[in-house]
Amino acid sequence: MYNFVCPLIVYGDNSLDYIAQIKGNKAFIVTDKNIVKLGLIKHVTDQLDAKKIKWEIFDEVEAEPSTDTIRKGGVAVGKYQPDWVIGVGGGSCMDAAKAVILLLARPELKPEELSINFDFNFREKARLMAIPTTSGTGSEASWAIVLTDTKDNYKIGLGTPEDMPDVAILDPVMVMGMPPQVTADTGMDVICQAIEAYISSWGTSLTAGPALIATRLALEYLPRAYKDGNDVDARREMMNAAMMGGLSGSNSMFGLGHGTGHALGAIFHIPHGRTVGLFLPYTLEYIINDSEEATTKIAEIARYCGLIAESDKECAKALIAKIRALAKEIKQPLSVKDCGIDKAKYEKEMPGLISRALNEIMTMTAPRVPGTEDLDKLFRYAYEGKSIDF
Amino acid sequence: MAKTLTQEWCDLYKEEINNSKAYEEAAKTWEGDFYFIYDAGGPLKEPAYVHIDLHHGKCRACELVTDPNKYKPAFTLAGPYAVWKQVSTKKLDATKALITKQLRMTGDMAKVMRYTKAANELTNCSIKVPTEWLD
Repeated sequence: MYNFVCPLIVYGDNSLDYIAQIKGNKAFIVTDKNIVKLGLIKHVTDQLDAKKIKWEIFDEVEAEPSTDTIRKGGVAVGKYQPDWVIGVGGGSCMDAAKAVILLLARPELKPEELSINFDFNFREKARLMAIPTTSGTGSEASWAIVLTDTKDNYKIGLGTPEDMPDVAILDPVMVMGMPPQVTADTGMDVICQAIEAYISSWGTSLTAGPALIATRLALEYLPRAYKDGNDVDARREMMNAAMMGGLSGSNSMFGLGHGTGHALGAIFHIPHGRTVGLFLPYTLEYIINDSEEATTKIAEIARYCGLIAESDKECAKALIAKIRALAKEIKQPLSVKDCGIDKAKYEKEMPGLISRALNEIMTMTAPRVPGTEDLDKLFRYAYEGKSIDF
Repeated sequence: MAKTLTQEWCDLYKEEINNSKAYEEAAKTWEGDFYFIYDAGGPLKEPAYVHIDLHHGKCRACELVTDPNKYKPAFTLAGPYAVWKQVSTKKLDATKALITKQLRMTGDMAKVMRYTKAANELTNCSIKVPTEWLD
């Protein structure tokens, strides 16, 4: 038995007009201060005002939201008792919205308990809408919630298929102003998610389609969106790619790039997309060195993206080279050293990096699962920018 | 070969866990006991309970329990016999079984999520026990 969980996806120009079709009286908007400052929230609140839906904003979400923030959001949503919760922002805001709506239904739980262990039935109280302002995590089409336990710098993967948003609105107007650095960071996340979802040991034919298309779209449109933020076609297609990457990944799980990238991000506080994108080429090399089946799958992606070579292995390597070339083009770090991390500090944190990566569920769903020794080498090679030869 | 859901099987499982370097390494800081609960149904007329006490990379006890009130474990993992069989033979990933609600868990999920590798190694240990299934 498998599940494929999916929201209603409203996409394309003027998608925010969909809000005029919703039924409800009170909306609780979960976002961050920057989104409010940029005026992006107004696109949403104008629609709510026109529909005479009251709203309240919780704008305390930080990057990689902490369990403390979610606790505060849970209290606020409990006081407001909305019939819609709307996450507006990047993955952090949308993940926070999912956590908050779960707490609306089960206020007695701690944020770290928001998992498959419980039934929530939150739709008896409210529905969940996600409106991305970045094209990256695909959180709008995913039930995963990533929170940070700030006590020991641990990212906690939570969530339940129940918290898949009811509606995801992909309106390009929300991403047009994204700065190049954020476009690049989040765009690398799309590529990592899509490729890892395609080769995940949990992948099925249902998850393969969106993953394949997301990869091709991102490889084509990310450089365009990075160079010209006003390129509406590129913005639109990157939004679609991000959503499809999230959809595919949340139904098949991701892989080793996420397992290792999460570990680095948790300890050194580097944006999610940048870290997973950084590790993707290394982890793909690691996989093709020992898994013919996965190499064939990576080659399938490569061919779908127009990369032709004679053998599967050459095709897979061509895709890895393409990812590295793209990362360079959009000024992403190619090694951990490029992130400005001091080598001595990195060495000191090595046990923590390995332990975190080992215990990521996403590491377990990779086609080749490393143990402690291989992870140790992988982290060291990635620091130096050395291709994986083991 | 040991028949599943017998004390003999539990003893062999405990031995496999305690022989596993991979489990020991992955679970070196783990503390917590479980009930593995097999729901009544299929070949089982009554539910079956296996109590397993895991501590710092070792299995301190694995016991087939007739009275479920005998222990108050920190965690329970419950599901139909057929699902347990699929998980124990690695035909179904335990996490996937949880996500699709084929298995049900109680206890501190956030803690368990930090020991994914150890959970995986526990399944690897169960495969190594030569098992005679009930069906």
